[in-house]
Amino acid sequence: MPRPEFQAPPDVFYNESEARKYTTSSRIIEIQSRISERALELLALPNDGVPKLLLDIGCGSGLSGETLTEHGHHWIGYDISKSMLDVALERETEGDLLLADMGQGLGLRPGVIDGAISISAVQWLCNADKSSHDPRARLKAFFGSLYRCLARGARVVLQFYADNVKQSEMIVTFAMRAGFAGGVVVDWPHSSKAKKSYLVLTCGPPSINTSLPKGKGENGEMCSDDDDESSDEDGDRTVGIYERNRAKKKQKTKKNGKGKDWLLKKKEQMRRRGHDVPADTKYTGRKRKSYF
Amino acid sequence: MRLLTHNMLASNVRGATTGYPLKLEASNWCTKEVELNADFIRGLLPKIDWRALVAATRALGLPDLLPDEQPPEEEIFAKGAADVEGSAIRRIHHALLEIHVQQGSLTCPDTNRSFPIDKGIPNMMLHEDEV
Ligand SMILES: C[S@@+](CC[C@H](N)C(=O)[O-])C[C@H]1O[C@@H](n2cnc3c(N)ncnc32)[C@H](O)[C@@H]1O
Repeated sequence: MPRPEFQAPPDVFYNESEARKYTTSSRIIEIQSRISERALELLALPNDGVPKLLLDIGCGSGLSGETLTEHGHHWIGYDISKSMLDVALERETEGDLLLADMGQGLGLRPGVIDGAISISAVQWLCNADKSSHDPRARLKAFFGSLYRCLARGARVVLQFYADNVKQSEMIVTFAMRAGFAGGVVVDWPHSSKAKKSYLVLTCGPPSINTSLPKGKGENGEMCSDDDDESSDEDGDRTVGIYERNRAKKKQKTKKNGKGKDWLLKKKEQMRRRGHDVPADTKYTGRKRKSYF
Repeated sequence: MRLLTHNMLASNVRGATTGYPLKLEASNWCTKEVELNADFIRGLLPKIDWRALVAATRALGLPDLLPDEQPPEEEIFAKGAADVEGSAIRRIHHALLEIHVQQGSLTCPDTNRSFPIDKGIPNMMLHEDEV
């Protein structure tokens, strides 16, 4: 099965049954809370015991936010899937919830938020789920609004699953353009399954405090996850963990192919999503002779 | 939606200048007790738009919960104030964190676009042509 981002837009993919399946899988609950704990650690909030006002972007059913609550913080959660938020309500999540699309900007007053996390969500912004969606414009709106609503010096930690290096670079580029300083911390880089990327950002110009923390397992030690054979494949898929054998998309082709215009449009679309696409030449989409 | 969130939220619909404060209307709201943390309120208060907070409490039909002007910090954070029924800090805490708007709407002051609140969740989704 392909990763969720390739199947349907998030508000469609996370429908009622998927939202429930997601939140009742003990494997997912465990993975998400472990990632959230790590994100909170990387957020490096002052160790003064004072609760902070945080954001959880793509909060879903509240699994990631629960970690923030456990640490005593208040949070506002954003999600585009009503079904996921309904499950969050059922679970009596402590955070305040908003039905909103992060790609449209966060809509908050400037400088009021103490920090933000986002767990397994921002890769969705690289998709163009509607013809009017331009991933670049949406990344720009998202990071721009995020930067503005944070107090100076506040941090953001976004754990994400990029499809390829280009996508990851695209996300980082738009964060930097918005004014953030920081970079990607990779935990367990040598493990196909446990590997996790965290974009760690600081609001404001680089300072001594903005040096990037080290990833876990950088020196080659493996995460215990790798020996875990009992893993719930289904769960991995729902969260968006790299799958090993992605099914090929079914090709629907007309008898005469789709024509050059269609191909050029498709290539442009793929480029906008950050994929590596060969340049257009006079050979692109040309008719091919048939040989017997 | 807590009034804390209302106080931070602005509309970013196309054509809005600040989109703030969102006009609150509520047909149903409830309260849920939360432990008071004076340090949290202390950090938060400078970021609170007092007038918007007062307007929100009045929109809920609570004319006496908060005064027009923010009381001085010495009064709010006076020793032992948190233990005194009806003290400024208790009222502020109650207004920001214990009131939940369940049903109602938020209206953008610049464009009059209204965002419904259903089961406590504001729907801030914009249509394609509003982005
Ligand atoms: C894998 S879930 C993670 C949920 C939660 N953070 C957790 O750790 O359990 C990804 C979430 O991102 C949300 N999402 C995807 N695109 C979004 C967007 N543009 N705006 C807001 N939320 C979005 C999805 O609806 C989904 O709930």
